Amino acid sequence: MASTEEIRSGLADIVNEVAGIPADDVQLDKSFTDDLDVDSLSMVEVVVAAEETFGVKIPDDEVKNLKTVGDAVAFIETNQGTS
Amino acid sequence: MSTTRIVVTGLGATSPVGGDVPSTWSALLAGTSGAALLTEDWADDLPVRIAARVAVEPLDVLDRVRARRLDRSGQFALIAALEAWADSGHTDTTVDSERLGVAIASGIGGVTTLLNNYDLLRDKGPRRVSPLSIPMLMPNSPAANVGLAFGAKAGVHTPVSACASGNEAIAHGIDMIRLGRADVVIVGGTEAAIHPLPLAAFAQMMALSRRHDEPERASRPWDTNRDGFVLGEGAAVLVIESAEHAAARGARVYAEVAGAGVTADAHDIAQPDPEGLGATRAMKAAFTESGLGPRDIVHINAHATSTPQGDVAECQAITNALGGEVDHVVVTSTKSMTGHLLGGAGALESVATILALRDRLVPPTINVDDLDPAVKLDIATEQRTLPSGDVAALNNSFGFGGHNVAIAFRSA
Repeated sequence: MASTEEIRSGLADIVNEVAGIPADDVQLDKSFTDDLDVDSLSMVEVVVAAEETFGVKIPDDEVKNLKTVGDAVAFIETNQGTS
Repeated sequence: MSTTRIVVTGLGATSPVGGDVPSTWSALLAGTSGAALLTEDWADDLPVRIAARVAVEPLDVLDRVRARRLDRSGQFALIAALEAWADSGHTDTTVDSERLGVAIASGIGGVTTLLNNYDLLRDKGPRRVSPLSIPMLMPNSPAANVGLAFGAKAGVHTPVSACASGNEAIAHGIDMIRLGRADVVIVGGTEAAIHPLPLAAFAQMMALSRRHDEPERASRPWDTNRDGFVLGEGAAVLVIESAEHAAARGARVYAEVAGAGVTADAHDIAQPDPEGLGATRAMKAAFTESGLGPRDIVHINAHATSTPQGDVAECQAITNALGGEVDHVVVTSTKSMTGHLLGGAGALESVATILALRDRLVPPTINVDDLDPAVKLDIATEQRTLPSGDVAALNNSFGFGGHNVAIAFRSA
């Protein structure tokens, strides 16, 4: 199982790939939309890539609850290995 | 009909012979072919494995994140538009955004995005289909993305008329200015259809050359041994604006875009009218709209794709439209070098026509070893010069569906 920091770091790489945000800016307290400028379509790309990377299923109706990087990391940490 | 004078103030292109306008133009004047054999694995089983890829890959030019949100056709269009906009001298403050329009055409649209996402759907399921698929594959995507890049709010349009699309976009831009809807319009065309499905489909129509042993000589308009066109890719963009608007900001002017002629054959979905009647009417309509006549024309950049029927039908049309004045017209087909850019063709060839008027030089039609005896026109089989003084030229584009668009340019 990946650690919190491993998940944050992996997610940061995905956000960098999809939206061009420097990976170091993707910290737990950052909002995807307000701080990182990840739009709704890019967020779908981030979610799908995170599912693949971390072996987790992120239901569509859960995505709206993932407002910050920390929200996403916590969800992945709790649910990894479930897909 | 308003006769507002319209001028060309900026040019941009990414083509099989160059990554921008200066490199494309010098390659065309030098008679350089952009065609080559396809080396991708997927090409192995195709009946036709010749194409003219862009000379510079878009990812070598565009920011990676910006590029990944665009279909390849949108990448080409944005690259050409960025060059044309910079070339025009426009900035954020030189035109009111509500008076800035866009008309950028595509023949086929985001076909590689569509087909690549179908592969993902089939192989990995619906969850893997990109959420960007629709905004990337829609045919208006290149125009919309160019509009976004420059904040164009006067109307953003995507004429679709197969291989006449690029010229139709220019015609649409002329209309927008003459109808008073815009002062400046970014016009052009783009295409990115080098993928096994379009290649197989055009091959099934017997439309493509199969000269695999010498691909750089496969596109040979008007040569007796021509056997079809070479599929090309790329984009070209022009910034056009009312002469008054251009003068007010002291803009450099390449040429006047004097008028367009747009007609339809109503003959067949794929075959040209054998007598070229629709094409003849398009050229005559361009004369009417521009106020130019056959005596003013010194050069025609022909549609001439290197197909057995189309090349000859166009010659008949040119003779019909220009009558006795055809004797002083130097005709060329730059498709002999670039291949056929489909929806990008009219725009790229308009750039070549404009630069021919500026430099008084006509690029050669390469690969004409044995001119078809049915061709009675003065074909530029090598680089040719044009006379000095006030002269004019035509650019023809015709498309499946029987679409014909001729654009008339007058020297600056």
